[in-house]
Amino acid sequence: MNSRFVNHNAPKFALSAALLLFALAFAFPLGAQTSSSGVYAIKNAKIYTLAGPPIENGTLIIQDGKIAAAGANVTIPDGAQVIDASGLEVYPGMFDAVTQMGLEEVSAVKATMDTVETGEFNPDVTAATAFNADSAHVDVTRAAGITEVLTVPGSLGGGFGGGGGSVIGGNASAVNLGGWNINDMVIERHAAMELTWPSISSGSFDLTTFTFRRLPFDEAKKQYQKKIDSLSDLLEKARHYAQAMQSGAADFPQDLKLAALVPVVQGKEPVLVIANSDRDIRNAVEFCEQQKLHMILGGGDEAWKTIDLLKKDNVPVIIGPVLSMAQSEDEPYDADYAMAGQLYAAGIKIAFGSFNTSFSRRLPQYAGVSVGYGLPREEALKAVTVNAAQMLGIDDLGTLEPGNVANVVVTDGDLLELRTHVKYLFIKGQLTSLDNKQLDLYNRFRNRPKLQSQP
Amino acid sequence: MNFENSKMHALRLIAVLAALAILPLAARAQDDSGVTLIKNATVITITHGRIEHGSVLIRDGKIADVGTDIQAPAGAKVIDASGMYLMPGIVDCHTHIAVDGDVNEGSVSVSSMVNIKDVLNPYDINIYHELAGGVVIGNVLHGSANPIGGQTIVIKLKYGAPPDDLPFPGALPGIKFALGENVKHSNFGGPIPRYPETRMGVEETIRDAFTRAKQYQKDWADYNQRKAAGEQNLIPPRRDLQLEPLVEVLEGKRYIHCHSYVSDEILMLMRVAHDMGFKVRTFQHVLEGYKVADEMVAAGAYGSTFSDWWAYKMEAYEAIPYNAALMTRRGVIVSVNSDDPEEARHLNQEAAKSMHYGDLTENEALRLVTLNPAIQLGIDNHVGSIEVGKDADLVIYNHDPLSVYAVVQKTIIDGRVYFDRAQDIAERAELAKERQELLDKEINEGKPAPRADDNENGATKSAKKPKKSHQATPETPQLDNAEIGGAR
Repeated sequence: MNSRFVNHNAPKFALSAALLLFALAFAFPLGAQTSSSGVYAIKNAKIYTLAGPPIENGTLIIQDGKIAAAGANVTIPDGAQVIDASGLEVYPGMFDAVTQMGLEEVSAVKATMDTVETGEFNPDVTAATAFNADSAHVDVTRAAGITEVLTVPGSLGGGFGGGGGSVIGGNASAVNLGGWNINDMVIERHAAMELTWPSISSGSFDLTTFTFRRLPFDEAKKQYQKKIDSLSDLLEKARHYAQAMQSGAADFPQDLKLAALVPVVQGKEPVLVIANSDRDIRNAVEFCEQQKLHMILGGGDEAWKTIDLLKKDNVPVIIGPVLSMAQSEDEPYDADYAMAGQLYAAGIKIAFGSFNTSFSRRLPQYAGVSVGYGLPREEALKAVTVNAAQMLGIDDLGTLEPGNVANVVVTDGDLLELRTHVKYLFIKGQLTSLDNKQLDLYNRFRNRPKLQSQP
Repeated sequence: MNFENSKMHALRLIAVLAALAILPLAARAQDDSGVTLIKNATVITITHGRIEHGSVLIRDGKIADVGTDIQAPAGAKVIDASGMYLMPGIVDCHTHIAVDGDVNEGSVSVSSMVNIKDVLNPYDINIYHELAGGVVIGNVLHGSANPIGGQTIVIKLKYGAPPDDLPFPGALPGIKFALGENVKHSNFGGPIPRYPETRMGVEETIRDAFTRAKQYQKDWADYNQRKAAGEQNLIPPRRDLQLEPLVEVLEGKRYIHCHSYVSDEILMLMRVAHDMGFKVRTFQHVLEGYKVADEMVAAGAYGSTFSDWWAYKMEAYEAIPYNAALMTRRGVIVSVNSDDPEEARHLNQEAAKSMHYGDLTENEALRLVTLNPAIQLGIDNHVGSIEVGKDADLVIYNHDPLSVYAVVQKTIIDGRVYFDRAQDIAERAELAKERQELLDKEINEGKPAPRADDNENGATKSAKKPKKSHQATPETPQLDNAEIGGAR
C-alpha cells in the first residue's frame, strides 16, 4: 500500500495486505518461479521480435537481464527456467511514450499530485525525482503489458490548475514499471525536456471567479509573443552558458536553469513540444528549426494538417490519446482515429502516448483503433514499443533482438486486442508479478460469502 | 404560372434547401420508409445467438424477419453485408448529448422541477458522432450537481429530426439523483458553500425532500377524496413543481437514475428508498457496486458503470475494471455507459473489456451495451436485440464488434440509415470545398483579412470547442457545466 497517502481505512488495508501476500504466493504458475540463475527460455511461442517477421514456434532466451536469443532453432541453456508458451504470443513490453505516472495518484487530490511546478520555466526539475515507485498505477498499468513509460512533468498542454502557465515543465524521465525504487526503475532521468507550446488563447477560464475571460485577438497575440520572446532569451542565455562552460572559464555565475538547458540547446536532449492545433504545431516546428532544437511533437491532434512540414523537418510525433474528438466539429468525425495511419503513410515516425495516468493501460486500444482506421498492424506494434525508445535515443529497448533489455510480455493473443490477457511479464529480465490493487479487490469481493438476508 | 408565383415558388424552394443544408448529407439523402433487406451478415441477435450468413428484413421501421433464407420482396432495398457483423444498435444509459446548453441547475440541492426534455437540441453534432459509433439510444440525464437533480428523458439519436421526434415513445421518464463528491463540492466550488457538504447531509437532503413529497401526495389524495365525496367549495392544495416528480417516483411512474461511487452511499440510498417506499432503478457509475452487489440485487436496483475509469477522484480510487463482470456474476443487470460523447463512440470496445477483466462471455459482454441498458430503461420490449417485431435499430460493423479493429459502417434507426461511413467519406471533399468557399466569402466581404504575420488559421478558425477527451475531462478541473456540476 502506498504510504504517501492517508490510510483512511486501516483494517481494510491490513486485510488487503494479507490477501496480497496470499495472492503473491500463487502469482506465478508452477515451473515459472523466479529463476535463481536469471535464465529463462520461453518456447513454442509465436514471437514478434519487431525486428523481422514473426517467428512461429520460436524460443526466446532471456539471460542476465537481456535478450540472449530469439529464433526457431535455439538451444536452451542448461539451468534455464523453461516456460512452455504453446498457443501464446511474445512481444516486447509496451512503452507509454507520454504519461504522468508516478507523479500523479488521484488527480482531484492535490496532495497526491507532483506534476507541475509553479512558474513558466522549470528546465531544472526532473520527473524521476518525484516518481512514486509504490503508486498503485504502476502495478495496474504493468499488468496490462506496459513495461516502461516516459513520465513527463509539466502541464502537458492543459492550462488549468497549478502550473497553468507552465512553458518548460522539466525533464521527462524514462522509467521501467518494475523495481524496488526509482534507482532500480529509471532508464534515463533526462530523456526529454517538456515544453508546452504557448497557444494564442483568446479565451481563458478564471478558476478564482469561475468565469470565462475573453481577450481581443491582438491582446492574446501579444501575450503569446511575450512568452516566445522569454523562451528565446532563455535559450540564447543557455547557449552563452554552454560557451562559458566549454571555454573553461573558472569563474562565472552558476545557474541551474541554464545548466539544465545546455544539453537541449546542444541538441543532445530532445525537446518534447506539446502542441495540438494546426497553428501551434506550425509555430513550434518553425521555432525549433530556427533554434536548432531536436524536436519531438507531443499530442499533435491536428498533425494531419501539417504533414508536409513535419516531414520536411523530420519531426517524429508522439500521438495523444487516439480516442478523442476532432478539434473542430466540422472536421471528419474520425480525424483522431485516422491520424496515425496518415502520418505513417507520409513517412513520419510515430509513437503512442496516453497523456494520462489512469488511462495509460488504454495504450494498446489507441493503437488498435488506429489500425481499424488505416495504420498497418505491424507499425502499430512498433508505435507502442520500439519507436518511442528510438525517438528518445534509447537504443537497447523495444525489440526482441539479442542484446536488448529483456522487457517482454507473453500474451494469450493479439497484443492490441481488448480481450487479450498478459500471462507473463519480464522487466530487465526479471519475471515480474502481475498482481495489483485492482486484482486484489476483485479477488477479495469475488470471494465474499453470498448475502443471506437483507440487513 | 405568372412571374410572382414562380418567384414565390423559387423562394420557397430556397428556404427548403436552406433548411436541408444544416442536415448532414447522409440524413437528407435517405428515404427509407419502405422495405430493406440486410443480407449475408453475421447476425448477433443477443437473445438467440449468432446467425452466420444471416439476413434481417425491415418493414416500416420494424424487424419483420430474421433468418438465413429470406428473399428480398419486390422493390426492397438490399444491403449486402457480406463479411460484416450486424448487431442491435447500442443503448447508452448515461449521456449528456443533445442538450441545449447547461445540464446542471446547480443553484439548489433539489432541482426536480427542471426537465431535460425542455432543452433537447437535435442538431448537436455529438449525435452524429455517436451514430458513427453505433449508438442509437441515449438516456439523457441532468448533471450531478445536486442530490436530487432534474428530470431526464430517453431519446433516439435521430440527428436533425424535430425535437419532439427525439423522445423514445412510451419510455418512462426518469430523474437524476447524485451522491458523493460532486454534490458535496469536494473537488471544486464557488465562493458560497451550499448544503450539503457531507455524505450525511446528502442523505438528509433526500429524506427531507421525500418527507415533503409524501405530505404533498397525501394532501392531494385527501383533497381528491373529499372532492369525490361531493364536498363543495374545497381549495385544492397549491401545486408544487418540485415535489410532483417525487410523487411520481413514489407512485412508480418515474425512474431514479442515481450517480454514485462508493459503497456506503449506495447502501444509504437503498436504505432511504426502503424507508420512504420508492425504488432506485439504476445506480449510475456505481464504481464500488462490486462491493454491495448482493444488496443491490436484494433491492432490485440495476447498475450502469464505466469500463476502466479510476483514480480521477478519491471516490474512484477503489474503482476496478472487473466491476461490470463482478456485478453481473452476482446477479445485477449491468450496463456500461459513456457519460461522454467520445467514450460513447466505442462502447462496444468498452464492453469487450469485461471479457478481459472478469471473463464475461462474448454475448454477456455485448449485452452490457444493448439489451441490458434497454432493460434498465424499461424499453427492452422494443429494442436491445434482433427479434421480429422490435424496432429496426441496428448497426453494421466490418469486424466482430468485440474487436478493437471493428469500424462502424452503417447505423440504422427505425429502419432508416442515419450514418453511412462510405457516404460520409465520399462527401468530405465537397464539404471541405463548401467550407473554404464560406471562409473566402467571409474574408473577402468586409471582415478584416488575416494579418500578414498570422498563418491561415489564426483569424479564420471559428466554432472551436474546448476539446473533449478522457484526458481533458476527468482529470482537470472541468469546464463545461456538465462537469463543473460534476456530470461524473
